[in-house]
Amino acid sequence: MANEYLTDKAAQLSAQATALAQQAQDLVHAAAMQAPEAGTPFFVVGLTVFVLACFVGYYVVWRVTPALHSPLMAVTNAISSVIIVGALIAVGLSANTGPKLMGFLAVALASVNIFGGFIVTRRMLQMFSKKKK
Amino acid sequence: MSLALSQFCYLISAVCSILALRGLSGPESAKTGLRLGIAGMVLAILTTLLMPGMHSFFLIVLGIAIGGAVGAGIALKIEMTALPQLVAAFHSLVGLAAVMIAGAAFGSPDSYHISEVINGATRIHPGSLVEMSLGVAIGAITFTGSIIAWGKLQGVITGKPVVFKGQHPINAGLGGLLLVLIILLVLTQSAFLFWLIVLIALSLGVLMIIPIGGADMPVIVSMLNSYSGWAAAGIGFTLQNPLLIIVGALVGASGAILSYIMCKGMNRSFFNVILGGFGGEVAAGAAAKSDKPVKIGSADDAAFILKNASSVIIVPGYGMAVAQAQHALREMADVLKKEGVKVRYAIHPVAGRMPGHMNVLLAEANVPYEDVLELEEINRDFAQTDVAFVIGANDITNPAAKKDPASPIYGMPILDVEAAGTVLFVKRSLGSGYAGIDNELFFYDNTMMLLGDAKQMCEGIIKALEH
Repeated sequence: MANEYLTDKAAQLSAQATALAQQAQDLVHAAAMQAPEAGTPFFVVGLTVFVLACFVGYYVVWRVTPALHSPLMAVTNAISSVIIVGALIAVGLSANTGPKLMGFLAVALASVNIFGGFIVTRRMLQMFSKKKK
Repeated sequence: MSLALSQFCYLISAVCSILALRGLSGPESAKTGLRLGIAGMVLAILTTLLMPGMHSFFLIVLGIAIGGAVGAGIALKIEMTALPQLVAAFHSLVGLAAVMIAGAAFGSPDSYHISEVINGATRIHPGSLVEMSLGVAIGAITFTGSIIAWGKLQGVITGKPVVFKGQHPINAGLGGLLLVLIILLVLTQSAFLFWLIVLIALSLGVLMIIPIGGADMPVIVSMLNSYSGWAAAGIGFTLQNPLLIIVGALVGASGAILSYIMCKGMNRSFFNVILGGFGGEVAAGAAAKSDKPVKIGSADDAAFILKNASSVIIVPGYGMAVAQAQHALREMADVLKKEGVKVRYAIHPVAGRMPGHMNVLLAEANVPYEDVLELEEINRDFAQTDVAFVIGANDITNPAAKKDPASPIYGMPILDVEAAGTVLFVKRSLGSGYAGIDNELFFYDNTMMLLGDAKQMCEGIIKALEH
């Protein structure tokens, strides 16, 4: 009797365990289904940042005095070389030779711009200020 | 460095970039802004180098050292008259760097965390592929487009518009093909398609800029400035890096606004400039007036008129830059000031080959910036001015823009030099300007033409003034 009862209970338990396992598996599936989705919200966040930055740029640049439009071009040219960040990742994190080489070239090219852009901007601004009376 | 901390550092770096542009509202605050811009750049680079797992530091430092030495060397040596070429060349480098980075991300997506392994194959997220291909296409167009712009400004490629039959359909076709290829790339992730996109974008860059004439380069250089920003933003989306997105958007907006200001300065729509061909056709409108008499004067005549004037407005143009006449011009103005003449400068928005070109050249020659005024600020004063001294400018003073609806430059805002008592016009010959039309101002009674090289003419006038 007792034995039979125990077996019954065991069978019940195992059935429950299977159901639980099934549930857990379903959850894992659901989570797995959602995992790739976790990448997409960045696009939304990025787009928000992008649109807001466009507005900031719009209002900031309209306040630049026309006399300084040439330095503006030179300095925007220098700061747009922050893409060097992407190049550094290619050199520093990639194990493949091809991407590493491209990253290296990009680091060098962006550096030309960073140094060249900032220095030429500085030269221009110095001209504008030295004869301030 | 933890992810949260590095994101925070990127944010600070982005704020620095915004402040760098904000500083340009005045010459003094601009220097503080520049320092902040440099600090932001250094912070961004250091933050990236401190990311977990970074290696190959020697290679990185080597790249920065080589690039930095080349960039610094060029920037320190360059003549200010060659500034437009320099900026165009720098834009091309941003474009090429963007192509390289997108290529690296495509070849090694795991380093950028934009892929996952499915059934043993590395799949890049479709969204990332779209962003990447847009970034690489804009980057490639910026690269070759800027090289053409550089060539035109440097004089290596003809400054005249290069037009051929079917130009616009070909460009539109290539643009459409680019979109189709991007869709195919997202579906197949084929390396062949990726590089095909690069190739087509490269040729599109050449074809887009080649039909645009030399004097439209202020618009084009600004537009390419804008493109380099959008390319950076595209790369920022690919790398999921807000700093790149913010800076890219700033630069993109800045270039777009400058293009708009330049187009407005010529009273032409952006598309009219982009479609090109302007200045190639021979205008028929003003051909009949050429047999009128022209008054031609010498440096001595000019010196006499200038000495007896009480106010003079100088109108510089690209010809002044070509002749490197800015220093001689400033000396001439100094002599006149000593004589008690009020001397000011009037700058047209599209004078020169890039936005603000004339301002930089005058600043280089030590002209006080208080004396340099924009079109809206000074245009009414010509009527109360004794002498307008036009040096190396032409179309921006042509009254046809106000009077002759048939003229190609009709409606363009001009400097009203003809309202001044006397117009002294320094020019190499009586030929037409860039727009290919006669300037009827040459034949006005109050105009005196000073034919010759701008620099020699200024030196001649100085000599005559000092006698």
